[in-house]
Amino acid sequence: LLTDKAYTIKRIRLEIEGIVQGVGFRPFIYRLAARHRLRGWVRNTGRGVLVESEGEPADLERFLAEITPEAPPLAVISALSCTELAPMGGAGFAILASDGGESRAMISPDCDVCPDCLAELFDPADRRYRYPFITCTNCGPRYSIITGTPYDRPFTTMAPFAMCPACRAEYDDPASRRFHAQPNACPVCGPRLRLTGAAEGEIAGDPLDEAVRLLREGGILAVKGVGGYHLAVDAGNEEGVRELRRRKQRDEKPFALMASNLAAIAGFAQVDDTEARLLSGTERPIVLLRKREGHAIAPSVAPANGYFGVMLPATPLHHLLLRDTFDALVMTSGNVTDEPIAFRDEEARNRLAGIADAFLCHDREIHTRVDDSVLRLFRGNPLFLRRSRGYVPRGILLPVAQKNVLAVGAELKAAVCLTRGDQAFLSQHIGDLQNAATLASLDESVAHLQRLLDVQPEMVAHDLHPDYMSTAYAGSITGLPVLAVQHHHAHLAACMAENGLEGETIGVIFDGTGYGTDGAIWGGEFLLGDYREFKRAGHFRYVPLPGGDTAVREPFRMAAAWLHRTYGAKLFSLPLPCLAEVGETERGILLRMLERGINSPPTSSCGRLFDAAAAILGVRSRISYEGQAAIELEALAEEGAPGAPFPFAITTEDGRLVLDFAPLFAAMTEELLAGVPVADLARRFHATIALAAVEVCERVRDASGVSRVALSGGVFQNKLLSEEMVELLAARGFDVCTHRLVPPNDGGLALGQAVIAGWSDV
Amino acid sequence: MDKDLILLGHGSGGKLSHQLLDELIIPTLSGVSVAGQNDAAVVEHNGQRLAFTTDSYVVDPIFFPGGNIGTLAVNGTVNDLAMMGARPLFMSVGLILEEGMSRRELAAILASMREAADGAGIAIVTGDTKVVPRGKADRLFINTSGVGVVENGVEINGCKARVGDRVIINGTIGDHGIAVLAAREGLELSTDIESDCAALNGLVAELLKEGDALRVLRDPTRGGVATTLKEIAIQSGVTVTLREESLPLKNGVKGVCSILGLDPLYVANEGKLLAIVAPERADAALDRMCQHPLGRDAAIIGEVTGASDGRVQLETAVGGMRGVEMLAGEQLPRIC
Ligand SMILES: [Fe+3]
Ligand SMILES: [Mg+2]
Ligand SMILES: [Zn+2]
Ligand SMILES: [Zn+2]
Repeated sequence: LLTDKAYTIKRIRLEIEGIVQGVGFRPFIYRLAARHRLRGWVRNTGRGVLVESEGEPADLERFLAEITPEAPPLAVISALSCTELAPMGGAGFAILASDGGESRAMISPDCDVCPDCLAELFDPADRRYRYPFITCTNCGPRYSIITGTPYDRPFTTMAPFAMCPACRAEYDDPASRRFHAQPNACPVCGPRLRLTGAAEGEIAGDPLDEAVRLLREGGILAVKGVGGYHLAVDAGNEEGVRELRRRKQRDEKPFALMASNLAAIAGFAQVDDTEARLLSGTERPIVLLRKREGHAIAPSVAPANGYFGVMLPATPLHHLLLRDTFDALVMTSGNVTDEPIAFRDEEARNRLAGIADAFLCHDREIHTRVDDSVLRLFRGNPLFLRRSRGYVPRGILLPVAQKNVLAVGAELKAAVCLTRGDQAFLSQHIGDLQNAATLASLDESVAHLQRLLDVQPEMVAHDLHPDYMSTAYAGSITGLPVLAVQHHHAHLAACMAENGLEGETIGVIFDGTGYGTDGAIWGGEFLLGDYREFKRAGHFRYVPLPGGDTAVREPFRMAAAWLHRTYGAKLFSLPLPCLAEVGETERGILLRMLERGINSPPTSSCGRLFDAAAAILGVRSRISYEGQAAIELEALAEEGAPGAPFPFAITTEDGRLVLDFAPLFAAMTEELLAGVPVADLARRFHATIALAAVEVCERVRDASGVSRVALSGGVFQNKLLSEEMVELLAARGFDVCTHRLVPPNDGGLALGQAVIAGWSDV
Repeated sequence: MDKDLILLGHGSGGKLSHQLLDELIIPTLSGVSVAGQNDAAVVEHNGQRLAFTTDSYVVDPIFFPGGNIGTLAVNGTVNDLAMMGARPLFMSVGLILEEGMSRRELAAILASMREAADGAGIAIVTGDTKVVPRGKADRLFINTSGVGVVENGVEINGCKARVGDRVIINGTIGDHGIAVLAAREGLELSTDIESDCAALNGLVAELLKEGDALRVLRDPTRGGVATTLKEIAIQSGVTVTLREESLPLKNGVKGVCSILGLDPLYVANEGKLLAIVAPERADAALDRMCQHPLGRDAAIIGEVTGASDGRVQLETAVGGMRGVEMLAGEQLPRIC
């Protein structure tokens, strides 16, 4: 009998790749093997995890089948291969030390505390009761605390903390949730929470209790989060919120909220099931939620905006701060307007000294600055406005394996992208590269990503814009071929790549500004192309961009540019508030600029078209944060009634379709002056842009036979426009792709650059 | 875009100009190293050091508030010599006239050239005149070359900026560029803006009294203060940090710049110099400038803050730090 049985014994070798290190994968395999009475071993390798197991074929079968569905919460299996070996016998199942090979295993993003740790956090009997640094292999900080590879405690900012015997025992015990949990710690041996005043010096008492007390009194608290400091204030305290705005020098841009739980959110915002799921995910993003009528949040949190940006607690510290205390806190990035978020203690103390009344901080260092991620829901999928904490450095699967590329993105919402084989890794949000500190962190981010992924790029891709800081950065990298990628081609490729598309696609790319191949400033583009090349099939008619970037900050200039097309020099006699406030000298100069093109490059920008409409409709003639005019125009349009579209014209010039909105602006202005409600006009403006765009797409399809459309560019953060476009396109038989994994704005641009470079022959 | 074509941007004084120089012109003609790329060449003959420079002037319009193409041509050459610490001595004038140009206008320009030369103490000793058919030039182009003598012990060079040195400017920025732009485009301004066109050799003679403490002199003409400082930073391998609040700027110029959407840091000057001075003598040098008629609005605008591959940054009024780069050509929008 025994010999018979021996004959049926089998041995298999499994190679598993993906995010399988630092997430409790080996103990999971160990327990699974034990459950199925298998012998063998598991070890980390440079590529992932290697398993050999031996036992009854039926047991092996079950073992194999359960790996993927039962894998630890933070594990992401990207590849699993199985080969059969000759049985070797042996007893027991072992967790072996890693083979010390090169480390190409993937690092997990940072995530919120898991349910098990959360239960312990609030269990008075637990030794980590109310300990803000509780963590296990299923949860906690990763990307932000890693200093190098392999992912091991000495290469994290936990290195200075020596584990106490109790923690060490958990760390060494394969049966423990904390087996090889690198950030494992407890009140005896781990990081310590501190509350200090604006001036140096610790505040007496329990830091948490005192912090809550300060917040209750309307004070402003700097809180050290996962990837940087936040500034917190009681979201129900209008005085406090206003004071925060004053100190941060931030006039109108909405503040994000952190709510204690979903029920609290339901009290001030509308949440559907999908949104609830996104909010509760381990990534803990900020989700834009429609405000609820009669909410008790201070009006200054998100003025002139239909939405609140809301997140749930993202660290044990946040849970402790909000549990049973506040429904919601303002939780905005710890910076002065336009500066990057502070993340090093010393720097935070200096830069936030004039803003925060106290600092709730600790001695676990943040190695990499990671901003909060922001998204909204679009047709059941996340639409990223910023992809950062919780998602980085998760890979994005590319249509095919390609050469390793470093793409450096654009300028204001800089994020870099590194590819390895058939995966692309988009960095955290780096920010505005015109800021010297941000520019310096570009270099660090690139080096860090290269180290973590253990990949040397074979090529560099950058934007075609001659003056982007990222262009100069790409130029400073020596010894690698460099490719300049047209901005809107990169947007198209980004959308195609994340949707796994290959082959010719119509790209409807609506965004602010991007440098065109003709030296003009593009932004309302209909491209026909693939990763290798593109043709500009159509675009919005050029108008002057009077004053370049100044026109972005002052939308009334774009109103003047468009109205000048119809009314010429008489535009200033139109009784429009946005023009009335322009002074005499300024009017004269602005007219000369429009007539003679002085510092007014021709632009086909779609973002500026929205700005013009917002100014004409009296929504906003100057902005205090990026996209403000368009955001407020969208909010206004949502209140309006649908109606007939405005007129527009499509002509052909040099083989390109030119979409002219001068008739729209003329008609809209006439109706406005005739007293038609602005909300209705705003609504019809959105509908007209969508309709016109779809008509251009039809002509492109007629000429090319291509009926697949990708929507990209920052304007597609606008949900109303996106909805209209997707529905119209679908109704007319187009296949429509939109962004779900990376932002449609410049935050996703590097992905497109990387793929275009990967397919190029350079 | 056709890589063979020379673009207008190649003459902007910015990144494209530098590319054309570094890739084609300098390697073909002379091969002078970066350290030697100054406003004028310093050559030695029989133990005497001479500064030698040349410049061509193409400005539209040829007359503008505060000067004309002729005063620009003389003062520009005087200034290029002065920026090497040289005492200007002799210069040449080459005129290219377009058929149909007004003789009266030419006379006025020549008179102001003579006046400017006399004022600066430089002698116009040789010249040349050509006339080209209508449309082949724009009324008048001028080329000037100049020679000056560099006294023993004077060692001014763009590569000499050291960490800690202060950056001083002798007055308000952007006046010339805006005056010319306003005249060309027919802008109606609420205040008069005049070109700052002036010969700086007298002011430089004062500054030379600071001896070794005076490291670098350069006139921020085309490309403005930003481009000139970037050149110096690269040449010296340092980081220069400017303070936005310290930049002298006339209200009128500031207003027009903000309407036009132009950054005054990139707007041309024709009577300004940037002096990089050792920290311990910075206040003394500033005093000397302020005593001089061309330095009344002088100010310390920044500091050399570190070693680098040539960075320039601007500390903004709100306390942020913005990177300052050379532009490829015109100022282009960058916000997407
Ligand atoms: Fe863009
Ligand atoms: Mg010169
Ligand atoms: Zn946990
Ligand atoms: Zn411990």
